[in-house]
Parts: sequence; C-alpha cells; structure tokens
Amino acid sequence: MNPLAKTIPLPFFLRHLKIPALLVLGVFLVAVVLIAASIGAVSIPLKDILSGSLTDQQEAVLASIRLPRVLLAVIVGGALAVSGAAMQGLFRNPLADPGLIGIATSAALAVAFVIVLAGPITGYLGLYALSIAAFIGALLACFVIFRFARLTGSFSVTYMLLTGIAINALSAAGVGYLTFLSDDQQLRTLTFWTMGSLGGALWVAVIVVTTIAVPSGLILIRNARELNVLLLGENEARYLGVDAERLKRTIVICTALCVGAAISVSGVIGFVGLVVPHLVRLTLGPDHRLLIPASALLGAALLVVADTAARTIVAPAEMPVGILTSLIGGPFFLWLLIKQYAGRFSL
Amino acid sequence: MITADNISYNIGTKQILTRVSTRFAPGRVSAILGPNGAGKSTLLRCLTGSLTPDTGSVTMDGRELDDYSLADLSRKRAVLSQANPISFPFTALEIVLMGRNPYELDHSAARNTEVAMAALEMMDAWHLSDRSFPTLSGGEQQRVQFARVISQIWEQEGACLFLDEPTSALDLKHQHQLLDLVQSLCQQHGLAVVIVMHDLNLAYHCTDDCYFIKDGRIEGSGESRDMINAERISDIFDLPLKYAGMRFGGQQAAILTEPGLPA
Repeated sequence: MNPLAKTIPLPFFLRHLKIPALLVLGVFLVAVVLIAASIGAVSIPLKDILSGSLTDQQEAVLASIRLPRVLLAVIVGGALAVSGAAMQGLFRNPLADPGLIGIATSAALAVAFVIVLAGPITGYLGLYALSIAAFIGALLACFVIFRFARLTGSFSVTYMLLTGIAINALSAAGVGYLTFLSDDQQLRTLTFWTMGSLGGALWVAVIVVTTIAVPSGLILIRNARELNVLLLGENEARYLGVDAERLKRTIVICTALCVGAAISVSGVIGFVGLVVPHLVRLTLGPDHRLLIPASALLGAALLVVADTAARTIVAPAEMPVGILTSLIGGPFFLWLLIKQYAGRFSL
Repeated sequence: MITADNISYNIGTKQILTRVSTRFAPGRVSAILGPNGAGKSTLLRCLTGSLTPDTGSVTMDGRELDDYSLADLSRKRAVLSQANPISFPFTALEIVLMGRNPYELDHSAARNTEVAMAALEMMDAWHLSDRSFPTLSGGEQQRVQFARVISQIWEQEGACLFLDEPTSALDLKHQHQLLDLVQSLCQQHGLAVVIVMHDLNLAYHCTDDCYFIKDGRIEGSGESRDMINAERISDIFDLPLKYAGMRFGGQQAAILTEPGLPA
C-alpha cells in the first residue's frame, strides 16, 4: 500500500465549511490578481485601479501587458492544478501527475521539433507554432494511450501507466536528440521553454487557453462524484452503476486538453499540478466535488504569486517562473512529507 | 433470484469454469466452497456481471444480465469484493455514502446520509464514521465496506448480495455479527445472498445452501447441513480424513477441553 496514504490528519471542522472554503479561495484569488496587476516596472497603485483614475500610459500597460499576463497565470495555474487533481484521482495515487502518462513530455517533444527541425517556419509563425505544436503533442500522447488501451482490450490503469512510462522515455530521448542537433539560438529558445515562463503573454493566448481549459475543467467537476466512486476500484465503481470506461476516457481527454493548452503557452511549469491538489486534500479532504474547484482557485492564485515574483525579483531581467515553482514547490513538498510522515514510513 | 445456466469461462486455453449451473433463490443464503484456484471468484464475477462467460448465460429475475444497464444492475445487486486498498483519506462515512451512488438523484443527501449511518450502526462501526478510512484496521475497513454494500440495496426487496470472503479480516464476534445480519436481511428483504467462504464451520451453521466447486466444476450442491461433512471436505480439499475432522466440527463444533491438559 502507498505509505503516503496511510495517515493524513483530518481537520474535520474544515470539511463542514465547503462553500465558505471556495468563497475564501475566490476572494483570495481576486485580491492576488489585483495586487499582481499593480506591481511591475510601471507602478500602478491599487487604489487607482479600483477607482479607475489611470493615466493613458498606466491604462495601456495594464490593458496590453499586465492584465493578459496575470490572467494567463490564473488560467494556466488553474488548468495545471485541476489536471493534477483529476490525474491523481484517476490513478488512485496521490503522487500522480499529468507528466506521468506522458502528456507533458510529449508536448515538449513536439515543441522541440518545431524549434529545431522546422527552423524557417518558426520565424514565420513565431510563438503560435509552438502553441499548436504543444497542443498536438499532448493530444498525440492521448491518442497513443488510447490505441494501446484498445489493443490490450481494457483501459486498465496499469497499462496506462506503463504506456506513459514508454512515451516519457521516447519523448525524453527525442528531446535529447533534438537538443543535440540544435544550434545556439535554438538551444536557448528550447531551454527557456522547458523551464516554463509566462513572458510574452498576449490576449490571444489568454482567450485560446480559457476557451479550452474552462470547459474541460467544468466537465471534470461534473464528473467529480463518479470520480470519487472510482477510487473504490474499477470493479466496485461498475457495481455501483458508474461506467468506468467512459469516465476514464472523459478524464483523460479533459486532462490532456487542460495540460496541452497550459503547456502550449507557458512551457513546462512543474509542481503546481502535484502540490496544489495535495495541499487542498490535506485541508479540505479528498472529495473531488470540492477538491477540483478548490485546486483550480488555489493553483491560479499560487501561479499568479509565483509569476509576479518571477518578474520582479531580478527586475529588469526576468526569471522563468518554472524555476521558481520548482524551487519553492520541491522543498515545500519535502517539508510536507517529512512533517506528515516522519517515522511512519513502511514500504 | 439469479441463475447461471451452463456457463464456461476460459483464460487463453485454460478452462477456469466448465459448464457450471447454479441457482440462488431469494430468502436463501448460499455458500460457494472450494480450494484455492477452483474458480470461486471467477464464478462470482460472472454472476455479478463483471465478467461475461464464454458460453452459457446468467439471468437475474428472468432477464439476461447483459440486458440490464449498469445503473439498473446497481440497484438490484451489491457486491463486497476482497480488500481493495483506498489511498485517499476519505472518512468511513464518505465511503459508505458511495454505496448510495445509484440513488444520488432519487433521494436527498440527508436521506442518503441517514441510510449510511444506519448501515454503519448495524455493523457496529458507527463510532468510526468520522475516521479516515485508510487508517482503520483491516477488520474495521471490512465492516465499513460491508456497510457500504448493504446501504446500496437498503430499500430494495429481492435484491442479490454477493460477498467474497466477507469475514476474512474479522474477529470472532464480528464474524458472527456480520453473518447474523446477513441472515436477517436475507429473511426480511428476500435477498438472494451468495457468499464465497473458507470457514466450513461457519458455512455449516450460517448458510442454507452450498455449492462445492473444484477445478472449475460443481462437485456437489444442496442444503449445507446435508452437504458439509468430513468425508466430502476430505474429498474436495484433498485432505486426509483425520485433518478434515480436525478442521470441521459440524454439529459437534465446540471447544473440547480435556482435564489435565495445561490451559
């Protein structure tokens, strides 16, 4: 049995506060967004944003630079956290992650492909080529997983995991080879993308990701109750009237859409999908009806904070936010593990 | 009422079940007995609709199992499988409430919670309702899972209840409590109960009918009191008669104490 599952403390008083918990998270997110919008190279005081008394320059900065960036952080953070929560439920493993079934690395491979091999086209299509490539990569990974599921005759979680491991290995080899082939300029682009960054956010990106991630997230929330039942086991879920095959298919597709959309505009931003649902589960319990929306709100808020830090700490330069999330997320996760499970390890 | 008619099931070239026919009537508790690998669990999975037999048919109340939708089946039969680890800290009450999934739209949340709590109370597990399921002991988990299963067919008359080694982790008191509960639910609600079990004494005392299964074939069936005896156990389980007598007391099952032996 998974040692992490054994003993997680249960602050029950929190579980009776389901709606208030979402409200608090929502208010927190709005506050974080407003504060993030006011911070930057051009100072835009919070009270001016709220009262609407902005200079033309402030308004231009807010509308075309600051706001799209903050909103992109909101939607990417939310999408990553939601897909993490859904994957953990699907694999019945609190440590699962969209990276696990190969979606993230396969998206990365597709992007590396465009950057290195398609050279001239990159210059022409610019950033959009990368977005489309990442998205196609993520969907391709899903397609492969589905083909294998059909070949093996069942949508068993074990096969999905094993397929994911194979896709991950192949994609990593592909990215490695492409890195080896690339010239200095390509290498630099590739490196920045794999580190994850929200720099260069445009309204188009915000709109594209929103139109993909929000419907997918809503579908996941709609399936949350059945996802809870699936945690009893696939056969048990079927005995309880849940069409486990259909449910798994829905979750995989929605997760791929969320992850593909997020990765296409931001690169690989780690730990949000892993840490956020874990945090929510520790405080609000594992019920997906609450876990998924709460993860969306918390993931969004945390990525806004991280991105604001990433663009201000070393100003006027900018740090890739992926480095920051891993830098904070990694030790934080270890601290969680040590705090919760010290002395209780038994494999 | 659930009937299997001449069902066979193969994995590759290995025949797991060979032309098995069974009939489980409402108001009767039936045991499926046999050695490891005899096909007990496969038979159970065919009866629950989790596996489709290669040949033959399984019918419930006169309709083929395949003709039911998953949702319809979930209201007509409940299944307690062998332990399935759950790695998320759901409370015991939340686990039992999942048993009410088929009725999520029919009943209010309050009603479903009421049923879940009543089911927990029946299993002497009411005090566990707020505990985290993964932290419970094996026996406590089994009781909570059983409460989930009975809450699934709470209002249903004539439903089927399948239990795969329901007492494997239970202490003596709770073994009897569970089987007493199964017997009374079976009588009150006309349930057809099918239990896969290993404890032959319990089967003798707590079930009405039994099927002996060996190498995928039914090797005898009838009323438990007639069927379960040392000779048949020795035969089915390839056990020398003296051990069969040792492991199965039948009518005389009681703790024998001889004076003079150290306690």
